[in-house]
Amino acid sequence: MKKLLEYVGIEPDRLHFSWISSAEAEKFQKTATSVAEAVRALGPAQHMIKDIRKVA
Amino acid sequence: MDNQEVAQKIREVAKKLLSEGKVSCVIGFEKGTVPMRERPFFAYTPEEADRLTWTSFCCNNLANFLVRRDLGEAGKVAVVAQGCVSRSIVGLIKENQITREQVFVIGVPSPGMLDRNKVQAMVGAAKVITEVTEDGADLIVKGKDFEERVPRKKVMRDNCYTCVQRNPVIVDELIGKESEPTHGGNIDKVAAPWEKLGAAERWAEFAENYQSCIRCYACRDACPLCYCHVCFVDEAQPQWCGKTQDETDVLTYHVLRAFHCAGRCTDCGACESACPMGIKVRKLTSKIEKDIREMYGYQPGMDLEAQPPMSVYKPDDPQEFIK
Repeated sequence: MKKLLEYVGIEPDRLHFSWISSAEAEKFQKTATSVAEAVRALGPAQHMIKDIRKVA
Repeated sequence: MDNQEVAQKIREVAKKLLSEGKVSCVIGFEKGTVPMRERPFFAYTPEEADRLTWTSFCCNNLANFLVRRDLGEAGKVAVVAQGCVSRSIVGLIKENQITREQVFVIGVPSPGMLDRNKVQAMVGAAKVITEVTEDGADLIVKGKDFEERVPRKKVMRDNCYTCVQRNPVIVDELIGKESEPTHGGNIDKVAAPWEKLGAAERWAEFAENYQSCIRCYACRDACPLCYCHVCFVDEAQPQWCGKTQDETDVLTYHVLRAFHCAGRCTDCGACESACPMGIKVRKLTSKIEKDIREMYGYQPGMDLEAQPPMSVYKPDDPQEFIK
């Protein structure tokens, strides 16, 4: 899925995968922060957005 | 053996199977109402088998009809299958949709099917084609006030040109002789045309490729992999995917449709041939086919025993994307 989304032009940093056990609180916290930082750095998404005013 | 001879053989085999009661039905092709549009045909009696034909425009994937529930109850059915169709049948057996005993495979080495849109483009978009006949390596295209010879090679479907398995992988009765396995095209060169572009250009190409989509779902309906009774696009509660022709809805549909075929698609090209708008639908599925080949060393439908990579877990599966 990640490869496919990259292929169609979605920035790779928008999609993240991770294995985190329920016992890995610290890993969860770190991952969530890094995901948020990565996405924030990209700015608002430009693609796959539906503007209801245009569609309706 | 040319297509006319193959058609004759198919009729003979079908009549024999039906009159001996070995199968309840033979699924093949009959002549369409317009040229270059051969259509699927179900022969239930030896007399009906006379309508079966075989040309270079048999573009549907007949494995698609094996998952019809009424056929399952009808007992054994025979199906005319070239390489890709036989691979799809293998896929359906692996996915427990049918059993090997339920199908009788009339195997035909594929001549490489032709793209009617390319033929039309060769003679001119405005011209009305009334008759297309085959003459060895050429097509004779006739219409009012014109007659042209078109070389088959120039109008072959993209997926047939890059085919890697023209001969059926499972066969109960083979018609003709096995042919060369390929047509000479290199799938790796064309599978992922946008790979070298930057992200913005890839998006632009992607959006442009699918912009004329009318959401008729012909690509889905023609696909032997799409056998869900309720497709995700038809589901209303929850509505996974918007039903409008808005760019976002159209592109969401195409990305998801392609993704559902990951590790299963045999690149038969039925989706692309079914598209009334002439969209190059394979631009996503061929990329996925290539990924699966490179990541898992797997080609769908080649082997009844091989385990499909999307259904099994192996500790050494590629996982660079997981943090």
